[in-house]
Amino acid sequence: MSLSGAFYPAEPIARLIEELNRLPGIGPKSAQRLTFYLLRAPAEQVQALAEAIKALKERLQLCSVCLNITDSDPCTICSDPERDRTQICVVEEPIDILPLERTRKYKGLYHVLHGVIAPSEGIGPEELKIKELLTRLQNSQVTEVVLATNPNLEGEATAMYLQRLIAPLGIKVTRLARGLPYGGDLEYADDVTLSRALEGRQEM
Amino acid sequence: MPSPRVYQTEAIVIRRTDLGEADRILTLYTRDLGKIRAVAKGVRRPQSKLGGHVELLTHSRLMLARARNLDIVTQAQTITNFLPLKEDLERTASGLYLAELVDAFTAERAEEPALFDLVLEILAHLAQSTRTDIVLRYSELRLLAQVGYRPELEHCGDCKAPLQPRTNFFSPVHGGVLCHSCGYHEPQARPLSLNALKVLRFWQKCDFATAEKVRLDVGLAAELEAVLQEYIRCLLERQLKSATWLEKLKHMPPTPSPRPSQQSADMS
Ligand SMILES: [Zn+2]
Ligand SMILES: [Zn+2]
Repeated sequence: MSLSGAFYPAEPIARLIEELNRLPGIGPKSAQRLTFYLLRAPAEQVQALAEAIKALKERLQLCSVCLNITDSDPCTICSDPERDRTQICVVEEPIDILPLERTRKYKGLYHVLHGVIAPSEGIGPEELKIKELLTRLQNSQVTEVVLATNPNLEGEATAMYLQRLIAPLGIKVTRLARGLPYGGDLEYADDVTLSRALEGRQEM
Repeated sequence: MPSPRVYQTEAIVIRRTDLGEADRILTLYTRDLGKIRAVAKGVRRPQSKLGGHVELLTHSRLMLARARNLDIVTQAQTITNFLPLKEDLERTASGLYLAELVDAFTAERAEEPALFDLVLEILAHLAQSTRTDIVLRYSELRLLAQVGYRPELEHCGDCKAPLQPRTNFFSPVHGGVLCHSCGYHEPQARPLSLNALKVLRFWQKCDFATAEKVRLDVGLAAELEAVLQEYIRCLLERQLKSATWLEKLKHMPPTPSPRPSQQSADMS
C-alpha cells in the first residue's frame, strides 16, 4: 500500500500517521506501520495507550522542591527519607536525572534548571530555575552542590556562573569530572577533552 | 562546472542549535564561504568523533558534504581550542557576545576572509586578556569597520565641519560624531567627551597589542561601552541577549576561591 498517487487514507488514519511522524526517530514508513498496527489492535490496548499519552500532560507537574517532573508533589526522590539531604545535584533537564539514578552511586537530592545559559538562543540566567535553587539553599542543611550540567561551552559557563552565586553562601561546590568517554577512541578526542583527562589522571 | 560533493574549510563555530535526538545545526563562520549552516550528526553522543571539535568558539578544519538542504559535517579536527577563554566566565561570556555579533552582522555565504582572520585574532586576544572590556570595545570598532559601519570620528556627520577638541555628540543614526552645534539639536545624539573621542580615534588606527595598552578609568570605560552599545543596538534594531548577560556579570562579585574555607562554611 502506498500513500502516494491515487490512495488517500481516511482522515483519522492520515492524522495519526502525521502525528506519529513528528516524533523523534519515527519516519513516514514507521508512522504508517504503527498506525495500521493500532488499527488492527484490540480496542482496550488502543484505549490504554491513548490514556497513557493524555495522562502524561494532564497528571504531571513540577516538583515544588526540585522542579523535576512528577505526578506527586514533592516527587518520590524529594520525599524519600533515605536520601541524603546535605547534597544537591544540579542538572539541566529532568531527563538528566535518569542516567545519574541508574548509576546508584548518588544518594542526594536534585535540582532541575530546565535549560542552560545560551545567550545566542535567547536564554539568560533569568529564564532558568536559578532563583529557586538559591532560595532552596538559604538556611538549608545542604553542604555540597554537585554541578552536573553538560560538559560543553554553555554547560561550563552555567556551572561557573552558579559557582559564583553559591560559593559565597559557604556551601562546597563540586563539578562532575570531565574526561574521556567510556567506549570512545583516544584518536578522535578533542584537545579540550584530552587536556582535562590528563589533568584529572589518577594513580592506578 | 559542478562543484565537488565534498569540500574542506576552516571554520569557527559561532552558534549551535540542537536538532532531533543527537544532532546539531552549527552556524559556522568559514574562511572560504563566509557564514554557513551545517548539520553535525550524532554530535551530542559522548562517543561522537566530532564532539569537542565542533564546540562553540572552536577553530577547526572541517570536511563537509553537500546535501540538498544543509551541508553535513563529516570530519572535524581542532586547530585552536581557545581553552583559556572557555575556563573563565567573563571570557566565555565575551566570546559568546562576539559570536552573536558576528552572526548578527553577516549574511550567509558571503565570503570575507579578512573578517574570518579578525574573529580569530579577537578570540586569541580574549583568551589571554585580563581586560576583556578593552578587548571587546576595540573588537567592536574593528568589526564594525569590517562590516561597513566604521564610525566617522573626524568630521561632523551633519555639517561636515572638522570636529573641535571639546565635548561633541555621538549619533548612531548618523554613524558617527556630530559637532556640538549640530548634535545639541539632535534628540538621538548623546554627549561624547573629548577623552572618549580620543580613545576611539586612537583605536581606529592602532593594532591589538597597542589598543590593549590604553588605560581607562571606570567612567571612561563606561562611556565608551555605552556609546558603542548604543550604536550597535541602533544598527541591529535590537539588544543582543549576550550583551545583557555580560552586563549582569559585571555586577557580580568576582569568582571566589574554588574551595571555601571551613570557617565560612560554619557561618551559614
Ligand atoms: Zn523533587
Ligand atoms: Zn556639525
